[in-house]
Amino acid sequence: MTTQRTSGRRKQALAAAAAVAGMLALAACGGGGNSSGSKDGAAGFDAGNNKVAQASLVKKGGTLKFGGAQDADSWDTTRGYYGFMWDFARYYSRQLITAKTEPGKAGAELTPDLATGLAKVTDNGKTYTYHLRDGITWEDGKPITSKDIKYGIERVWAQDVLSGGPTYLKDFLDPKGEYKGPYKDTSADKLGLKAIATPDDKTIVFHLPKANSDFEQVLSLPSASPVRQDMDTKSKYGLHPFSSGPYKFQSYSPGKSLTMVRNTNWKQSSDPVRKAYPDKITLQLFSDANQLDQRLLNGDIDLDINQTGMSPQGRTTALKEHKANLDNPLSAYIRYAVFPQSVKPFDNIECRKAVILGADHVSLQTARGGPIAGGDIGTNMLPQTVPGAEGQKYDPYGIAGANKNGNVAEAKKALKACGQPNGFSTTIAVRNNKPVEVATAQSLQASLKKIGINAQIDQYDGSQSPGIIGSPSNVKKKGYGIIVMGWGPDFSTVQGFGLPLWNSKYIAASGNNNYALINDKTIDGLFDQYTTTLDAAGKAKIATQINHKVMEGAYYLPFTFEKFINWRSNNLANVYTSDTYNGTYDFVNLGLKNPK
Amino acid sequence: MTELSKTGAAVGEPTSASPAPNSFLEVRDLKVHFPTDDGLVKSVDGLSFKLEKGKTLGIVGESGSGKSVTSLGIMGLHTAGQYGKRKARISGEIWLDGTELLTADPDEVRKLRGRQMAMIFQDPLSALHPYYTIGQQIVEAYRIHHDVDKKTAKRRAVEMLDRVGIPQPDKRVDSYPHEFSGGMRQRAMIAMSLVNNPELLIADEPTTALDVTVQAQILDLIRDLQKEFGSAVIIITHDLGVVAELADDILVMYGGRCVERGPAEKVFYEPRHPYTWGLLGSMPRLDREQQERLIPVKGSPPSLINIPSGCAFNPRCPYADIPKDDVTRTVRPELTEVGGRHWAACHMTQEQRERIWTEEIAPKL
Amino acid sequence: MLAYLIRRLFAAVVMLVVIVMVVFGIFFLVPKWAGVDIAASFVGKQADPASVEAVREKLGLNTPIYSQVWEFFKGIFVGRTYSGGGDVTHCAAPCFGYSFRSEQAVWPVLTDRFPVTLGLALGAAVLWLVFGVAAGVLSALKRGSLWDRGAMVVALAGVSLPIYFTGLLSLAIFAFGLKWIDAQYVPLSQSFGGYLGGMILPWITLAFLYAAMYARITRATMLEILGEDYIRTARAKGLKEQVVIGKHAMRSTMTPILTMLGMDLGALIGGAILTESTFNLPGLGRAVLDAIRNQDLPIILGVTLITSLAVLLANLVVDVLYAVIDPRVRLA
Repeated sequence: MTTQRTSGRRKQALAAAAAVAGMLALAACGGGGNSSGSKDGAAGFDAGNNKVAQASLVKKGGTLKFGGAQDADSWDTTRGYYGFMWDFARYYSRQLITAKTEPGKAGAELTPDLATGLAKVTDNGKTYTYHLRDGITWEDGKPITSKDIKYGIERVWAQDVLSGGPTYLKDFLDPKGEYKGPYKDTSADKLGLKAIATPDDKTIVFHLPKANSDFEQVLSLPSASPVRQDMDTKSKYGLHPFSSGPYKFQSYSPGKSLTMVRNTNWKQSSDPVRKAYPDKITLQLFSDANQLDQRLLNGDIDLDINQTGMSPQGRTTALKEHKANLDNPLSAYIRYAVFPQSVKPFDNIECRKAVILGADHVSLQTARGGPIAGGDIGTNMLPQTVPGAEGQKYDPYGIAGANKNGNVAEAKKALKACGQPNGFSTTIAVRNNKPVEVATAQSLQASLKKIGINAQIDQYDGSQSPGIIGSPSNVKKKGYGIIVMGWGPDFSTVQGFGLPLWNSKYIAASGNNNYALINDKTIDGLFDQYTTTLDAAGKAKIATQINHKVMEGAYYLPFTFEKFINWRSNNLANVYTSDTYNGTYDFVNLGLKNPK
Repeated sequence: MTELSKTGAAVGEPTSASPAPNSFLEVRDLKVHFPTDDGLVKSVDGLSFKLEKGKTLGIVGESGSGKSVTSLGIMGLHTAGQYGKRKARISGEIWLDGTELLTADPDEVRKLRGRQMAMIFQDPLSALHPYYTIGQQIVEAYRIHHDVDKKTAKRRAVEMLDRVGIPQPDKRVDSYPHEFSGGMRQRAMIAMSLVNNPELLIADEPTTALDVTVQAQILDLIRDLQKEFGSAVIIITHDLGVVAELADDILVMYGGRCVERGPAEKVFYEPRHPYTWGLLGSMPRLDREQQERLIPVKGSPPSLINIPSGCAFNPRCPYADIPKDDVTRTVRPELTEVGGRHWAACHMTQEQRERIWTEEIAPKL
Repeated sequence: MLAYLIRRLFAAVVMLVVIVMVVFGIFFLVPKWAGVDIAASFVGKQADPASVEAVREKLGLNTPIYSQVWEFFKGIFVGRTYSGGGDVTHCAAPCFGYSFRSEQAVWPVLTDRFPVTLGLALGAAVLWLVFGVAAGVLSALKRGSLWDRGAMVVALAGVSLPIYFTGLLSLAIFAFGLKWIDAQYVPLSQSFGGYLGGMILPWITLAFLYAAMYARITRATMLEILGEDYIRTARAKGLKEQVVIGKHAMRSTMTPILTMLGMDLGALIGGAILTESTFNLPGLGRAVLDAIRNQDLPIILGVTLITSLAVLLANLVVDVLYAVIDPRVRLA
């Protein structure tokens, strides 16, 4: 009786779900259009993927409408760490140098912004000198000086107050942490950081204690934006950052909405990067991803600020009805499983290899969402946006080739070599708030069973990752032999992606990201060598080498090179994906075809 | 007929031939049937009686005998609260002061309710609305039928409360029912019923929920008020004791029908129906020791869906076998006159009954 | 009556203190036992140990729990100042905590979100009271009729269909399909028409669920009340049937309905999470949902407290109303 009822209920629920899906599809039809693109003004499938969609149609004016399911961690240039925040921050903040506003690979190259040119590098890559452009101003019309830039950068040192953002600048300029940050600075002008000199208002000189060839990459991040001392509201700066860019905050209600209007004191002539097409930029936040997708499909919103792809339901409808509004770029995210060496028998490389060889990579890809929504089968650990990456061409374990459905024989051979011919038991740790990751873990569990590895799945509180899987002692205690994770680069270099993952210096007691506990002198040495290599080709070569070393160590089982399905409205013009933003749209020069 | 009018007491066999009776209240062949899923419940199945102003009729019977339904039928309340259920069927005639109530316009009957005929219920606590003060409820009752302002109506309410013996009526008028004692509540209920000087007062088990001492007070009150207002009163009770001193006439109901009726002294001292004997036997009397065992009527009341054939009382009647040919179980006995204005429905002969009463029953009482 | 009120009020205050302690315990003790470092969860991706310590100090997480509770209580009445790392943040009274995630005091967030939720709850309540009670009364009076059966089937559907189903369905039809309304929230202060346009679907969706419950309760209560002796008395007085139903029966029927209304409003004011997230209304429910997603403990704590307060207050109001309606309660 009881079971009958339950099944009746379930049927009811299924019917309800089906009905909703049907209605949504119906509603979507109301939105009009087919996949041909031209009729309703959509640019066509993948029109903005590594190329510019509707570049010539852009007109000045109108309101550009962003939607999102997730607010920025902070709009404070020092504190933001989310990728979309860095992308969006270019609307209201300028840096000495920034990424080119070009599609694809070119987007990862740097171009001068506040500075007149790229750095003059001297002293064996330890001194960087910039001169500032004329006409650069704050939102109140006062000129931006080199001291404002220095102060803005100094804020990174105030981690106790301004936590959350990347700390590369601090690591590069003051690795010993001698400077205590501007709020504890005893000098009168609060500009006590010795590594930066401002001989005059138009010149800024960086003295690195140790060369690092990615320094300009780091300087292009929002955390290197100028901040004016008298406008610094410290921890509350993110509620209303003082604008140096073409737009300024008009109103911001965290978690609800953000409205930016033109900064009338910004001069187009002073800015070679930003086009500032729309008059107004709004962001509306949704707590329900389906709602957001509906609004996108309905044309109420131009694009998703989060740029992490549509939800499964919206995606299905969009692919069916509005394919011309979609781009399916390859992102810089890699989804993978990692094997902490502290958990036996993963201290043995052969056991790690056994898992890599035995896993069914196609079903892992399917669990991630398939080739379109999930991505390409991942074969190594270097994202394709990073110079030196080889993509699927480098596939040392035949993951996308011979062994793509799992090679039981080879895996068993590896197990024998590991001294575990009959397999073993272990635990897969997976974030409970990521259904796709849970599905991936289940897929992995199933294929491991075939080679005699009995894996349990432990779903832990995903919001507590730093304290759970970021704590090596906890990982060991819980016996997490396999951790399901994903990673994207902070900036498009091997350092920006792999340093915290693979360098032994980054093994930390909590908040650790080197989950595999890789302690390889060769890898550490390659990273050191990288920092002093200044030419692009040399850097790329080292990146390739590091990737190979990591793969040879069999610390990782890559699942996918992730792909996103992102929406652009019919009205959106000058749309393109950029490698600097990990394959998502470059926001700063978006415009509207028909300014409303 | 003339004789009946003179005595005023009211239990002659009314003839349905006469269209407009000259009695104040006359009920003719009243039938109230309730269709249910289990069958037709014949709560009242052919009841007739008369009542004159200033006189009191006691209707006596066990619960389920149809006595309460009779009173509700007269008030026109037998269908009330029956939303959505299959409607009760009522037939016969109810003449009140020259108006036939069953065929009258329902709204006309409503206007008579509370003004010309009023009712007192068994449990005053549940019969009074718990959320309104006594005063509000009396004022409402008064103002339905009198176009006066609230102040006047309230004065009237205080006056009525005073009349029914509630101390400090001007204060108690603002009290809620739960703030009254049981007796006081019933007094208030009576005050409310009499606020419009009704000519017919129906009291349905007015004292059942009350203490014995309070019972007497309430009965006294009803009697006094009747004298004062000159109303006709029907007292419905399962307890013959209640009507012993109050009623001019008594009507005993069993299974939806009248089994015996007559002047009170006749029914009490020369009862001619075995069921009445049973009732008398189960009557607690003040002149007897409390501990002394009452003689209850054996068995349980008949199902009103399947009323036993023949005499409805036959399954419980110790004398059912006395009449010949099993007539008690096959033929329904008609009311026959057994003395002056005294009627009973029994197959036993007058003599048999007289003998049983005087020899077997009376001495034990 | 006054004594009754004072007693209720006193009980409510005691309850509130207990709730604050329990909520505080849940948020600050349980994570501690579970071995989760709250301070660390406030810091970003690359948790710098120094910044974790600073946050710990700023939040006062290194002080004993009782002093944390005390500081919290004190903050409600006199405000509170958080300082650490050369940054001073003042949180004015009534300070219900400070969110270091979004850098705002909790109280303004609550007062900003509250009107949305209140508007949602009240608007829906009016609808469901009018339609639910009316349908219930009609069903009771016409028991067994086609109307009654139909209404009760609809009511059953209303009770069993979840908000996100009816909500999404109504959105799909009226907002995206027929495009009759925009269904986007606009503050009342900005435009009345816009507000109505944004609220009408949430109101109806929410009211549908509740109207169904209220119709069922009203019907059952009404049927019970109609069998009461005092209703017969009212008829015996010669009252018109409309007055018997509308006055005597309704007043008694309203008692359980008001009790329910109080509870439901209290709970809804605490945040109609599903409705608010389905319709993207920036109310308390969404605030708490986002806060949970962002691990924004102070906001969660604040909303929880406000929710408890709302339920408590609703209970108090119901108690008072109860006493107003039912004189018998005043004695209790």
